[in-house]
Amino acid sequence: MVASASSIESSSTSGVIVAEDGIPLKAKLARTTRRTRLRALLLTMPLLLFLVITFVIPIGQMLLRSVNHTAVVNVVPNFAVAIQDWDENDSEYPSEELIKIFVQDLARARKVREVGKTVGNLAVRVNYEIPGTASIFKSAARKVGKFEDENYREQLFALHKKWQNPNLWRTLKRISHAYTPSFYVAAIDRQYDEQGNIVKKPEKLSIYVDIFLRTLWLSAVITGICLLLAFPISFLMSVLPLKTSNLLMIMVLLPFWTSLLVRTTAWIAILQSQGVINNILVWLGVFGDESRPQMIYNQTGTIITMVHILLPFMVLPLFSVMKTIPPSYMRAARSMGGSWLYSFYRIYLPQTVPGIAAGTLLVFILAIGYYITPAIVGGQDGLLISNLIAGHMQQSLNWSLAAALGSILLVIVLFLYWLYNKFVGVDNLKFG
Amino acid sequence: MTVSNDPLVQFQHVQKSYDGEVLVVKDLNLDVERGEFLTMLGPSGSGKTTCLMMLAGFEPATHGEIYLAGKPINKVAPHKRGIGMVFQNYALFPHMSVEENLAFPLQVRNMSRSDQEDRVKKALDMVQLGDFGKRRPAQLSGGQQQRVAVARALVFDPDLVLMDEPLGALDKNLREQMQYEIKHIHERLGVTVVYVTHDQSEALTMSNRIAVFNDGVIQQLAPPADLYERPENAFVAQFIGENNRLAGTVRELNGEHCAVETVDGSIVHALAVNVTKPGESCTLSLRPERVITNPEPGSVNNNFQANVVELIYLGDHIRARMSLCGNDEFIVKVPNSAGKSALQEGASAPIGWLEEDCRALAM
Repeated sequence: MVASASSIESSSTSGVIVAEDGIPLKAKLARTTRRTRLRALLLTMPLLLFLVITFVIPIGQMLLRSVNHTAVVNVVPNFAVAIQDWDENDSEYPSEELIKIFVQDLARARKVREVGKTVGNLAVRVNYEIPGTASIFKSAARKVGKFEDENYREQLFALHKKWQNPNLWRTLKRISHAYTPSFYVAAIDRQYDEQGNIVKKPEKLSIYVDIFLRTLWLSAVITGICLLLAFPISFLMSVLPLKTSNLLMIMVLLPFWTSLLVRTTAWIAILQSQGVINNILVWLGVFGDESRPQMIYNQTGTIITMVHILLPFMVLPLFSVMKTIPPSYMRAARSMGGSWLYSFYRIYLPQTVPGIAAGTLLVFILAIGYYITPAIVGGQDGLLISNLIAGHMQQSLNWSLAAALGSILLVIVLFLYWLYNKFVGVDNLKFG
Repeated sequence: MTVSNDPLVQFQHVQKSYDGEVLVVKDLNLDVERGEFLTMLGPSGSGKTTCLMMLAGFEPATHGEIYLAGKPINKVAPHKRGIGMVFQNYALFPHMSVEENLAFPLQVRNMSRSDQEDRVKKALDMVQLGDFGKRRPAQLSGGQQQRVAVARALVFDPDLVLMDEPLGALDKNLREQMQYEIKHIHERLGVTVVYVTHDQSEALTMSNRIAVFNDGVIQQLAPPADLYERPENAFVAQFIGENNRLAGTVRELNGEHCAVETVDGSIVHALAVNVTKPGESCTLSLRPERVITNPEPGSVNNNFQANVVELIYLGDHIRARMSLCGNDEFIVKVPNSAGKSALQEGASAPIGWLEEDCRALAM
């Protein structure tokens, strides 16, 4: 005992604590816990792989796609390089030499027809920038094979007068890069003018910024209503005896057991102008038969339905936090002279902040990216940004724009998360 | 009669039921004098905490009336009763510092900031935690939290302080130390304390009077020494301190004394506490430390030969389990003093006790 005690003393004076055999204690500890750490790694491996394959890689691809579009570079590769030397301030059009390269590239692309590198891809890409130009590329591709080997510019310009538009060539130069900010430019309702400056889109073509703002606003409203509705019921559940609170909890969770689609469609039946609520209101005489209020296919419908669907995500964290607050805190505050309301405000409410924070964060982030419900009950003015993203994925097939919109949404969520962390503290959150 | 002689708290015919079927508190009548330290002692479920909660105002009485300083308080809200309270788990507000915790009852009373600071400082000094005001409760040890809770209950000078098993979460040494501290604070301030516990040694250490609860009824209300020396019924005898019980039947009754025949037919002379007639069955109650081994002949009037079943060495005394009068669990505490002849396991030993130490209680 005496010997070991002295050795510990001597080793601690030298700075590094060593074990009996002279190996530093830290290294020794790492060696003995290696198996445990290895096992922990193995246990998390399947989930880690799953996440990497289904989450990290797709998100990375999405971020990449929002700035990367290779149509021009792939379809007319030689032209894409060569046109960078053309100074659009010097001359109205590229030189005869450049146009020859362009025509040859176009002819080659038509002959090869490689997937993803067809003239059609190029046409779509240019069409994003200058709507209505897709057809001239396709028809030109069919005809350039018969061009004579001189005066390429004249022959091309003769095909369609749109080829004579200098802006077309300037745009071609601008998009002849694999990486481009133009989808982000479009996603914030901006466009390039003829001089290549970023300017606001005309009012009637601007949609994304408004819908982003609307998405944020509606999410905030939905979160606020959820909090107002969930707080009292969570409080009640936390103070009721177990049997009653379990029953209430089942009723709160009941919606989870029904398909989301069924619940959303049920709201249509309830809220539509010939629906249950309207019929009752008319029967009660609150509204006339002709002036039935529109409660669905608009923002009201989106808000009502999404509050119903997201409410459990607010109740659960609130309840789990409130459950852990012993009633003795309120009793102590009251015994010291605080009225119920005062004690509630000073003592109870501050202790529920982790639950409020978790619930609002959860509901807000779920709401901001919600898709199905607004798509079904939102009508035109109840649409959220995710509906537009889906539209670009499925209908207009402009995936890069969808990716840019999605990335902006991601950045907004991350920013809010950062704000939250700053004011509430993420380690203060408590989900259950 | 001056005001100060009136009881501070009066329970009058108080009954309490939670479910409308079972009475948790049955017809409670209790006066708590000013300046008194009264302990409600009893096993869990005996109704003691319910009584405290009714007094604090967190549970309504189903029947009867509670008076505080002569005024009925059944309809007074808890925060208007002006009663300090210490809770089982302290109930210190976790999101406030110690100072803020102590200042809470003062803020409620709209006290000026400088008065608040004075009072908080004084209260913290009283529990020797003057330097801990800026800390959060979670940064304090259990004993320190306990002291803060006591200081918080006293900082607004209430006439009455209720304590609901405040020492239950502390380890044994700390608990004993805190018992003395609370006792001294009580003596110094002269505040009235109603204390609830299930720990009899805690009750005996601190109280002026102890009310022993069982089954919703006060079994006995007496100062600690009386309770220990003169239990009035079998429950109190068993609950307070260790006790040997012998079942028997009263054979003779003359004045204060009686002779009881135990199940194996031997006759024991005992003090008749509440037995009324010969032929009545009763319980004999005898403290283990009052049994004398190897009594001088003629010094005691109960003499028996007992079989020593088991000996347990406990340092200051030896615990001997003996078989006697049909009871295999008869415990004798033998002081570990020099010159005492040692008992042998399995051997027979002469033991005896005084008639006055053995109490015959009606069943």
